[in-house]
Amino acid sequence: MSGPPPAEILSLALEHVELVAIAVAIAAAVALPLGVFLTRRERARRWILGFANIAQTIPSLALFGFLLPLPLLGIGKRTAIAALCLYALLPILRNTMVGLAGVDAAVRESAVAMGMTARQVLWQVELPLAVPSILAGVRLATVATIGTATIAAAIGAGGLGEFIFRGIAMVDTPTILAGAVPAAAMALVADEVLEWIERRLSPA
Amino acid sequence: MGAAAILELHGVSCELGGRAVLRDISFQVAEGETVALLGRSGSGKTTLLKTVNGLVKATAGEIVFQGRAARQWDPIALRRRMGYVIQDTGLFPHWDLEKNIGLVPRLENWPPDAVARRVDELLRMVRLPPAEFRRRYPRELSGGQKQRAGIARALAANPPLLLLDEPFAALDPITRFELQRQFVELGRAMAKSALFVTHDVREALMVADRIALLQDGKLELVATPGEFLASRHPEARAFLASLDDRGRKA
Repeated sequence: MSGPPPAEILSLALEHVELVAIAVAIAAAVALPLGVFLTRRERARRWILGFANIAQTIPSLALFGFLLPLPLLGIGKRTAIAALCLYALLPILRNTMVGLAGVDAAVRESAVAMGMTARQVLWQVELPLAVPSILAGVRLATVATIGTATIAAAIGAGGLGEFIFRGIAMVDTPTILAGAVPAAAMALVADEVLEWIERRLSPA
Repeated sequence: MGAAAILELHGVSCELGGRAVLRDISFQVAEGETVALLGRSGSGKTTLLKTVNGLVKATAGEIVFQGRAARQWDPIALRRRMGYVIQDTGLFPHWDLEKNIGLVPRLENWPPDAVARRVDELLRMVRLPPAEFRRRYPRELSGGQKQRAGIARALAANPPLLLLDEPFAALDPITRFELQRQFVELGRAMAKSALFVTHDVREALMVADRIALLQDGKLELVATPGEFLASRHPEARAFLASLDDRGRKA
């Protein structure tokens, strides 16, 4: 019984981290401002949350397939990142909105009554108080994306999924494990680290 | 008294969701005067308070602050000249007391050492020793201490008018009495004008120079405590009846 060489495991693991990091970063960059915007727009909120909900329900393999024919994407990393982004969007978006909605009405009211501008209320009061919820969303998205990213190998995006697909094709358990175990460990570590950051950055 | 009015309401009405919450309300608050807005729940007293600092828009009538129509004020500048105290305090849970109380001075770009001096002065004024309380967070305070901090925050940039919405209603009776008494002393010492919403006639009689009685969105009566005690108005009598029964069983 012999799996793939450690050097290859390491290089595919790094590739995996890259996929996840880029996808979650883009998703957060979109979902955060969008979440702030949507807490102020009732109608847009329903549409966009509906869209994000639907994106979430598309089986990942099918979503990769749908994105393949798009001109700018094609086979490989870009398509994978686009699909992972779509999945990561919803938890971050939803948690941003939940966090902002959860700010005590009395606190928001006195912020306005004290003469803070809308921007000051957002940056000094609402966002800091929503930080724990927003970070919990980023954590959820990251952990889920680490798992989903293993499927990206199906469209040639690389990552630890390579081992899993190769192992299935060769009916070789050690090869499957060489992909599955590091991916699971990565998810656990990400969960711990992000939870630690969440605690550190939580106000009060 | 017209010239010395800090706040004038002329025919203020307000509709919320098609319902008339305030109907044609006119009165004035003189410089240095505390006016209590007394009424039952749903009488419109909180809404009336919020039309003054623009948290609720009056649908008709005019509000004049320091001789200038509220509409001509920049709403941000207007609010920074009106201290605001509410029952839930609205202290920011992620800031310590120094940051909470120094808020408006900071917004007004006071130099940091002036803000720090002012915070200490205010903490002493509301009897929260600065050395002990400056770095405390709201969750580390009792209800009474929170409310003191809320008052200190409202007074921070020395606003000419205070708006208070049942500030002491959530406190235990002993703490409430203590804070009411100190509020009266503080008010005398600083000659502040205040609009004080309450549903407690005892509190209104204690803190106010004049009592404005609201019923179903209408201003029924404006009277000094002495006049109020003698009033024959049925709603005033109803409030006073709650005083007569000193907890005796029938």
